[in-house]
Amino acid sequence: MVDANQEVKSAKPVYRNIGLAQLVKYRLPWAGKVSILHRISGAVLFLMLPFILYIFDQSLASELSYQNFQAITGNVLVKIICLGLIWCFLHHFCAGIRYLLLDLEIGVEKHEANRSAIVVFCIGVALTAVVGLKLFGLY
Amino acid sequence: MPIYQIGPKRLVVGAHYGLKEWIIQRITAIVMVVFTVVLLVDYCITGSATYEGWAGLFSNQFMKLLTLVTFISLFYHAWIGIRDIWMDYIKPVSIRLTLQVFSVLYLVACAAYAVQILWKV
Repeated sequence: MVDANQEVKSAKPVYRNIGLAQLVKYRLPWAGKVSILHRISGAVLFLMLPFILYIFDQSLASELSYQNFQAITGNVLVKIICLGLIWCFLHHFCAGIRYLLLDLEIGVEKHEANRSAIVVFCIGVALTAVVGLKLFGLY
Repeated sequence: MPIYQIGPKRLVVGAHYGLKEWIIQRITAIVMVVFTVVLLVDYCITGSATYEGWAGLFSNQFMKLLTLVTFISLFYHAWIGIRDIWMDYIKPVSIRLTLQVFSVLYLVACAAYAVQILWKV
């Protein structure tokens, strides 16, 4: 019995102080994927703050700057950047609400937490698609 | 402050350390959720996006203050998150401290810009 257990254990790869080469192969569970994407999306939003504030400034300062705002956001490349930021915001928002619920001990069971992670990821992508279609003028 | 929390015996890990940041991150998150809902409701009521409608919304003193509170919440929230990233991945104290100082200065500059934007309208 003890031998059998040890065999099962040794069959699994052991990671201690995981390195970059191992990191690529490591299959994270959904909760882990949502977690690292939460961190990455937050970091991207942090780095893009000056751009976001500039766009906000141009949209608000005057009629003239508003036209400038429309010209900037009319550019396809800027639209793609904005869509990326919108996904970052939406994913960060949804994953953040998941964490607030987890803090309230809602959905902390393993299978529930796994399911909510998948739901959060899908809602983030779906809402980004909805905003993206609007952004590119498809409705 | 108990005597064992001073000098080289200062408690740097353990229960309650970081609780303040943890709770501030959650409170500021809720502030941003509320602001998002306010913007969404306004968008649903006014429908079309025009300069008059958009600028009119932010010319309201209450909206200015709510927006500024949200921005300050955002910057404080970002500080805690970025601080966590530097603490997790950057081990040499000198590089970490430098990055943390620049992060704070960056966020303070963003806050000043936000005030300028809001009080121009």
